[in-house]
Amino acid sequence: MSLIEVRSPGLLTTVQDLGREGFGPMGISPSGAADPVALRIGNRLVGNSESAAGLEMTLLGGTFVFPERAEIALTGADFRATLDNERVDLWCSAEVRPGQTLRLEATHAGARCYLGVRGGIVVKLFLGSASTHLLSGLGGFEGRALRKGDVLKIGTAGGGFRTFRKRKVTVKALEKLAPRKTLRVTAGPQGDWFSRAAQEVFYKTTYRVREESNRMGLRLEGAPISAASGGEMISEGVSLGAVQIPASGLPIILFVEQQTTGGYPKIANVISADLSSLGQLRPRDEIRFELVDIATARALLVERENLLASRELILG
Amino acid sequence: MAAPRLQSQITTESHEQVRRLLQLLQSEPIAGVRNLHPAYCSVLIKFDATLLRHEELQETLLGCVERMKKVALPEPRLIEIPVCYGGDFGPDLKDVAELHGLTPESAIKLHTSTTYRVYFLGFAPGFAYLGELPAALVAPRLATPRRSVRAGSVGIAGSQTGVYPIATPGGWRLLGRTPVAMFRPDRAEMSLLAIGDRVRFVAISREQFAKLENA
Repeated sequence: MSLIEVRSPGLLTTVQDLGREGFGPMGISPSGAADPVALRIGNRLVGNSESAAGLEMTLLGGTFVFPERAEIALTGADFRATLDNERVDLWCSAEVRPGQTLRLEATHAGARCYLGVRGGIVVKLFLGSASTHLLSGLGGFEGRALRKGDVLKIGTAGGGFRTFRKRKVTVKALEKLAPRKTLRVTAGPQGDWFSRAAQEVFYKTTYRVREESNRMGLRLEGAPISAASGGEMISEGVSLGAVQIPASGLPIILFVEQQTTGGYPKIANVISADLSSLGQLRPRDEIRFELVDIATARALLVERENLLASRELILG
Repeated sequence: MAAPRLQSQITTESHEQVRRLLQLLQSEPIAGVRNLHPAYCSVLIKFDATLLRHEELQETLLGCVERMKKVALPEPRLIEIPVCYGGDFGPDLKDVAELHGLTPESAIKLHTSTTYRVYFLGFAPGFAYLGELPAALVAPRLATPRRSVRAGSVGIAGSQTGVYPIATPGGWRLLGRTPVAMFRPDRAEMSLLAIGDRVRFVAISREQFAKLENA
């Protein structure tokens, strides 16, 4: 089995796949890649199933040594990667020769870069998924972010090595999949609990992502939203991308390591097609919300999925 | 996402409806449904919108709500949870007692005299929302949540009580701590508690705590 040696982990690097769905009744949220589209495409580039596990790096990448030959792909944000000091292009497959060092730097744009590797990263699965859930210390590599000296195993799924041919995501597809700063939302379960004026503030304000944001939630600053007045809020299930308005009036977008239930009213919910964009938001990034109806939200998701499944996605 | 609100009130009736619907959706899964988040009086249903349309799911669910009346619920399990109250395990016990003009001992007696119902699990893995707390113990959340609450801490908030399964930030008032693991990924039943269970807390000494913790 091939290995990856972690020489430097970067700021926050975790093993992630597409998460573990279905355990809401136990209070367990799915976790998984913050930008699942980037992870899926990385897997496609190296010939893995889309749900194989890769590494998610946050803001600052790591340094990794490959003792043996490997096929990799970097997707998501540009962390200025080099392989033995030679530039590695984003959104392409690349061949790693035995003993080479992959080094990533700080982000150039976006928040998260994914390292996909042919065969996938192999860890003990927790509830069927390799995803790290940092808050609870479950899943992934020992339930935690990577540290210097960790050694990761590369799997043999997909039949191990193949003759290398460079595969590349098309410019057209990348344009269509580019992370958005105007997030499209549908009305939240308590959307109508907020006054017309409060809703206007919400949809007209440019919000800034606060430093305290993490995989549990994105905390925003900007114009506060006046309290909801629709009744007594009883804790209920909350969805990925839900925009909660706590007492401070400053929105919180629930993210991949979200709590499964919550007691704050939700003014809106980020649409499925734009959830990947959340994974690329950095502290201090400015965002806005745009209201769409459910039919539009669904059409945008179907369009995105069709693109991901189409021949237009990858060349080579 | 679709959340058919069963009844916008925390009652044992709405809770039983939640359990019936949950049981039906778990025993006869709907293709395209990815996750279920039961709560006091609602079930959030997460589904793949490329496989299912809202209207279709809504229609199927209306059928479920009709059929769930016939779902028989199993007899609830009764689970006892040993708790060492007060001291650094329960830093808020005194305040809670004082708030109601009670001695810490009578506050403990009240907390251990009730059989609680697991309304649902949420927030974090294995966190069970238990109710109803005796009225004489009801206390609001802390104004400023603690940055970290130790795993096993037993807290109260409003008329709810519960045990923190993992160390997390938390705003519940802490009365004590249990040495029993509420959530263990290496256990066949990872979560000690499940929706619908009945729970009783049993006061133990510091010595018993240490013994059980090392068992």
